[in-house]
Order: sequence, then C-alpha cells, then structure tokens
Amino acid sequence: MDVAKNSLLYLDGVSVSFDGYKALRGLSLTLAPGEMRAIIGPNGAGKTTMMDIITGKTRPDEGDVLFGGSYDLTKMDEAEIAELGIGRKFQKPTVFESHTVDDNILLALKAPRSALATLFGKPSADTRTRIDQILEATKLKDHRFRLAADLSHGQKQWLEIGMLLAQDPKLLLVDEPVAGMTDAETAQTAELLREIAIDHSVVVVEHDMTFVRDLGVKVTVLHEGSVLAEGPLDVVSADPRVIEVYLGR
Amino acid sequence: MMETRKPLLLSLIDTRGGIFLGAVAAATILVPALALMVPPNSAFALPPYLVALFGKYVCYALLAIALDLVWGYCGILSLGHGAFFALGGYAMGMYLMRQIGTRGVYAHPELPDFMVFLNMKELPITWWGFQSFPYAMLMVLLIPGLLAFVFGFLAFRSRVTGVYLSIITQAMTYALLLAFFRNDMGFGGNNGLTDFKDLLGFNVQAKETRVALFMASSIALGVGYLIARAVTQSKFGKVVIAIRDAESRTRFLGYRVETYKLAVFVLSAMMAGVAGALYVPQVGIINPGEFAPANSIEAVIWVAVGGRGTLVGAALGAIIVNWGKTFFTGALPEYWLFALGALFVIVTLFLPKGVIGALDQFKVRRQAAKNSGAATPTAAE
Repeated sequence: MDVAKNSLLYLDGVSVSFDGYKALRGLSLTLAPGEMRAIIGPNGAGKTTMMDIITGKTRPDEGDVLFGGSYDLTKMDEAEIAELGIGRKFQKPTVFESHTVDDNILLALKAPRSALATLFGKPSADTRTRIDQILEATKLKDHRFRLAADLSHGQKQWLEIGMLLAQDPKLLLVDEPVAGMTDAETAQTAELLREIAIDHSVVVVEHDMTFVRDLGVKVTVLHEGSVLAEGPLDVVSADPRVIEVYLGR
Repeated sequence: MMETRKPLLLSLIDTRGGIFLGAVAAATILVPALALMVPPNSAFALPPYLVALFGKYVCYALLAIALDLVWGYCGILSLGHGAFFALGGYAMGMYLMRQIGTRGVYAHPELPDFMVFLNMKELPITWWGFQSFPYAMLMVLLIPGLLAFVFGFLAFRSRVTGVYLSIITQAMTYALLLAFFRNDMGFGGNNGLTDFKDLLGFNVQAKETRVALFMASSIALGVGYLIARAVTQSKFGKVVIAIRDAESRTRFLGYRVETYKLAVFVLSAMMAGVAGALYVPQVGIINPGEFAPANSIEAVIWVAVGGRGTLVGAALGAIIVNWGKTFFTGALPEYWLFALGALFVIVTLFLPKGVIGALDQFKVRRQAAKNSGAATPTAAE
C-alpha cells in the first residue's frame, strides 16, 4: 500500500460498464503530489469516464480510487469530492452564462458552500483581491462585467480554468482545454497550465499532440479502458502498440 | 471600485422594484380610501365586489412571485404550485369553519355542518387547534412547507429534473385533488369549506373586513417581493441561478445542489401557502377544485407572460392575465380558454422573455438609437 500512501491520486484495477459495454477495464494509474500528467487516447478509450469516476459522477463496478492516500472517492458524492480539493474542467466549456465573469469567479472561489453560509454570510476580506489575481492570470480583467454568455469560445475556456483556480484545488482535472482554439490561444493555454502546475497537480486529457508536446510532461496512453503505455511523449509515440492504436493496422 | 454601503433594504430595491413597490403601496392606500371614504354614489367609489376582486389578483401575484422563484431562478418548472396555494387556503378555511360555532345550520358547538351531516361524532385530529388563529397561521406556513420538503427531498435527492419533475409535481397536485374530494378525508369533500362567518371577530362579508383583507394581501405581496428579492440578490441566489444554468458545474464546484433546490422550493411553497390563505376569505370558499392541475398551469402562464426570472414580471403577468380573464369571462365567456391559449402562443413566439423582457429590449433599442442619433445629429431629422 506504500504506493497508494505516497500518491495524490491512486487508481487500481478500476472497471465500469454501461449496459454491458465495458468503458473501463482494470485501469490503474498513480499520480504523485505536484505532478502534471497528460492523458491521451483515441475516442472511446475511457478518458472522460475516468474523470467521471474520480469526481464521483460515476461509481466504478470494482477497483480502488484513493485521494491523498486515504480518502476513498468511490464512497463520496460530487460536492464532497470538490470540497476535498478536486476541480474539474469539462470538455465543452461550462460556465454560468447569465452571470458576469466576476460572479463566475466569485461562485468558484474557495468559501463555505452551505446554503446558510451563502444566504447570510459576508464575503471574506480578501475576496476582491483574489478575484483580481485570477482575472489577471486568465487575461479576463477587461471583461469582468460582461456576461459569460457573451465571451468568445477561448475566453470561456479560460474563464472555466480561472474558476478551477479560484477553487484552489489540490488536483485539477482538465478535459480537452484547447478543443476549438486557435494556435495562438492553444500556446497561451499551455503556458497558463504550466504556470498552474507549479503549485497544483494537474491531469490533462487532450487529443492535440502539439499541445501535449508543449506541456512537456509524462504521458499516459489509454486504450479500450486500460493503460496501454506510459512515459515521456517521445518514448510513448515510438511504441509500436501506440502507433497501431492511433494509425490502425 | 469603491463600494458604498447602503442599508440592506435600500440596496435591494432597483428602479423596477421601486416602481413596483410604489404601485403596491399606492394600491394599499387608494383602494381603502376609494372603498370607504368616497360616498357610494360617486363615480370614484369602489364597490366591495371590486375590492375582493383586486384582493384576489394580489394573492395571485404573490403566488406568481413564489413560482418565479423556483422556475425563473432555479429552473424547476413546477406544475403543481396550486397545491401549496390550496393547502394554505385550506388551513385558513379550517380556522374560519371553527369560528362559525353554533351559527351553523345544525348549531353544533364544535363540529362544522358537513361533519354533522356525515354523522361524525367528534372532531378529527387534523382539525385540532384550528380554532386558534396563531395556530392556523402557523399551519398556513408549515403544511405547504412540509409537503414541499418531503416531496423536494425525495425528488431532488434522486436527481429528478426537467420534464420528469414537472410531471410528478402535476401528479402531486392531482393526487391531492382526488384525496380532498373524498368525504372521509374530513375536509368537506366535494363542497369544500364555505359559509364563513367571521375572521378574528370581524364579519368576513363586511366592507371594512374586505378592505382590511385587501390591505393585508398587498402588504404580503410587498413583503413577499422583498424576501424573494433579498434571496435572489444574495450569494445564495447566485448559486441558485448557477444551478439553473449549469447544474453539474455547480455540483463540481462543491455546492450541494439538492439542498439549494430544496431550500428554494420550501420557501416558495410557504409563500404560495400565504397567498392561498389570504385568497380564501376574500372569495369565501375553498374546495378541491383549487388543486386542479389546470390552476397550476395557469400560474405558469402568468409567469411566462410577465417575464420569468424578474419577480416584478411574474406579479405583473398574474394581474394582466387575470384582468383579461375577468374581462373575457364577462364579455365572451366561451372564448376565454381560446384567448388564454392564444396568449401563451403569442408570448412564446413574440415575447419569449415576457412583458418585462420586451420592455427591457425596447429600452436598450431606444438607447442605442439615441446614441447613434447623438453621433450624427443631422441623420435624426
């Protein structure tokens, strides 16, 4: 159990099936504290299902999912897991469209989440400065009073990353952050994620190989619900099994 | 940006809310003045039936605000809000029945007429305590609140959303309709509760009592609006809107969505209960018909017509549609349902954000026209 104890995120032998379709088959993955990891894999490899399991949206049929060596994520719901310090960015940018950029960050900001606290509580003194810092980091300072619905696609992606930062989680799960972005935006996003990775652990799921190369981190390749290969991108992309999966026989 | 600290109450009232509260306050003063102080033969005199009619509109407006809170802000389309309104009404009706005393047809000191008629020997447990006004008022809040709590707890915890939730709210009110129709439920069955005599010692038929009931209703509307406004302007309200926009995102941020939904649903049910309680003495009867699904659906139409998610719009919609209903059912009774249907289609097609939304859009457009006009003054000629 030493591996589990020393890891931030520990998945062992995780399987789940939907109506007989096995989305994950014995997936095992270990993430060290402070690590940034890229996950790649063809469609249907189980990337999103893996995130669903870590965040409590889906319960695995079997296997262990541990956070920080001791918290059993399979027994907790989404809100508890989020409180524990796992933030998630969806594949399709999901922000609160009828709130301003400012309010989107405010809602994500680490603060008591109970209904009583939000109804009667006062915002803490550093709320303003923290929102400013995050808007600065995500280049949204000039847009703070606009409705999130009016932002461009790339700006929405950044806003969602900003909301993750505001949550100040120990682990960030980021699902395809550069889908639909221009090359310049993609490069900027890679830079933003590298900055975030300095003091957070990050798991990025991505299709875009240039982007993964930009990140320059350890890569895990998923295929049909389990790990096919793991290592630096150059090593992994030279692996004949990976080539076969990506290019077909 | 400097934040100026305003007293809590003032910080809640924007221009639109100010106009609304002003209108409610004006009605609270004008209606009694015209009904009581103007000589009855004057053209400005308000006959008692109109006072009761306006009082009814005001109660509907409060119901609409309650519904807007769950539908407009939290995205829960309740097609059963009439049930909470009716339960509040029944609680008030039971108090009024116990006030009749020996003045009933059978002159039984304790049992209402219908119980004597049904050969009941003693007062059912459900009726205990209703001779006390404070107890009855507590029940006006507690019974709708409790039903909303149990229903919401089960539905939201199982994550029933969207059209499925709407259908079960509809089923809830229909089930209550059938239950209250039964004589052995002990709530007057088909006929409901009526023949009320007095409220807190005042004759419910008297002009002065009607005026007082109208004033109580419009004060309740003002207070209800302020509560709803305070809730929606707080951070709690922002979370509720967030749930409407992106429920799973809210959940992954660590908010317990079902608790928030439950809180809003219970608050809304209690407001609806108060509206029902004020409605019953003004119309003089409460029967199971108030549980009819059609009533709840009509309330949804009021909110849609006025503009959901605006509170003021919901109240306005309730008054516009009911004024239309009074007019149509008087002038062209056969066509009212057609008019209501047409209204719903027209609003959906042309005013998707309701009357208030259309007014806002008009203002924005006029502002834009003014700005472009200022830039090129000659073009305006």
